[in-house]
Amino acid sequence: MKRHLISAADLTRDDAVLILDTAEEMARVADRPIKKLPTLRGLTVVNLFFEDSTRTRISFEAAAKRLSADVINFSAKGSSVSKGESLKDTALTLEAMGADAVVIRHHASGAPYRLATSGWIDSAVVNAGDGTHEHPTQALLDAFTIRRRLVGRDAGLGKDLDGRRVTIVGDVLHSRVARSNVQLLHTLGAEVTVVAPPTLVPIGVGSWPCEVSYNLDEVLPKSDAVMMLRVQRERMNAAFFPTEREYSRRYGLDGDRMAKMPGHAIVMHPGPMNRGMEITAQVADSDRCTAVEQVANGVSTRMAVLYLLLGGSEPAVATGNAPAPAASRPSPATTPERGAERRPFDAEESK
Amino acid sequence: MDAQNAAQTTTAQTAAHDRDMRPVLDAQDIARVLTRIAHEIVERAKGADDVVLLGIPTRGVHLARRLAAKLEEITGTKIPVGSLDITMYRDDLRMKPARAIGRTEIPGDDLDGRLVVLVDDVLFSGRTIRAALDALGDLGRPRAVQLAVLVDRGHRELPIRADYVGKNLPTSLRETVKVQLQEEDGRDAVLLGQRTPQATGQQ
Repeated sequence: MKRHLISAADLTRDDAVLILDTAEEMARVADRPIKKLPTLRGLTVVNLFFEDSTRTRISFEAAAKRLSADVINFSAKGSSVSKGESLKDTALTLEAMGADAVVIRHHASGAPYRLATSGWIDSAVVNAGDGTHEHPTQALLDAFTIRRRLVGRDAGLGKDLDGRRVTIVGDVLHSRVARSNVQLLHTLGAEVTVVAPPTLVPIGVGSWPCEVSYNLDEVLPKSDAVMMLRVQRERMNAAFFPTEREYSRRYGLDGDRMAKMPGHAIVMHPGPMNRGMEITAQVADSDRCTAVEQVANGVSTRMAVLYLLLGGSEPAVATGNAPAPAASRPSPATTPERGAERRPFDAEESK
Repeated sequence: MDAQNAAQTTTAQTAAHDRDMRPVLDAQDIARVLTRIAHEIVERAKGADDVVLLGIPTRGVHLARRLAAKLEEITGTKIPVGSLDITMYRDDLRMKPARAIGRTEIPGDDLDGRLVVLVDDVLFSGRTIRAALDALGDLGRPRAVQLAVLVDRGHRELPIRADYVGKNLPTSLRETVKVQLQEEDGRDAVLLGQRTPQATGQQ
């Protein structure tokens, strides 16, 4: 039985709209005196985090707890993984503990796919970010935020993002958020443009369902939503741009640039924000910036994903038929810092 | 056994099946029944001052709205009406693919101290109402909870009974009861038919 969420590309338009509609109802639970539903009682969700990510982990944790699932947090630091355990042995351990779903964040692209398809575990696998590949729940919550802001809470039910123009700005090369968003927003009918310095545009972007631009000022007046990506300083060791100051000047969003956007347009940021780098404090604190809303929407969206994958006898969304990520798109499937680390996932692959 | 709110069959199948079904209540009967229930609510609640009507999606919500309109005619005051989705509280969630979630809309501030009247179309196993009571428990503490249904077809599997019944309809388990409402199906009717393997959308 296929029941995984590995890539945003696996979702059909109807699947995606069902998740967004379900998330809309889940969001209403947050307004109640008792913010809890009994739906996943007795099920165990394991958060398996090989990379640090406090916000994604607590978002999944809050989502699972609001649905009454038991949550086990497993982080690589200070665990058996730091003692050299392979992904397979970790997976078998989780299976033995009776995990019904594994939410995995891994520094290697393709690790969730490997976990889901290797036959090591029976549980559902949810990709919470793998290497530079995908981060599908982030794309879903971004689409949810766009639909809420641009179409409306109730007016948006059952609707996609047909014809909305979304611009994604920044380090597209290393960004799994950008990859997932391009796929999902395209599926939902939006017109996506990615804007980045030429050095931060991945090879093979021509096969993505989006436009590419190197000039932010030209694109802004034609955007309904502008998504600023975090400049990942930890990945900038290869000097992708001359100085931070130059990057900020050409690709940062400040008050003057925001003024060029249409009146209804919103500014999005997946967080954490580097104020003064890709976004100024003036923009980050304006009411057009949805960064905080995105966090709240993240919990609702992840509740919807967990419910639709685990709530019934079989998942309501047909996910998990993904081809191997490396084969599906010619994106760089390696992260710069990988070589220096232990790679339990690769060790398994080469056995 | 609780087939309420089960997935609808395709339109073609449903239309073909409807012809084999015997009408039990027509539009006028349904209107009369709702008027009587409205009067009974006013009588038992001594004026319906603190009544809140909560319909169970989908058809229960339409019935609750109609009841609210009739109560307003009788009492002259506006009766709060909302909806209570029970999907997340069902006891058979794991037996079917995950279902789409309906809307829960609580009118006014909260339910504390109010008289909540749950409204549904068909009372069958009672499991839907059990789920509704669980859902209510997470939303507040009503003064009392009552149940109004258009049709009670029997075959209870839990100790639950309705306070207001439109029509008691003795049925066999091989029969299906189907409620059609103008808002949802284009006409008002209660139909009785034989359960067929294809007709999984019946109640």
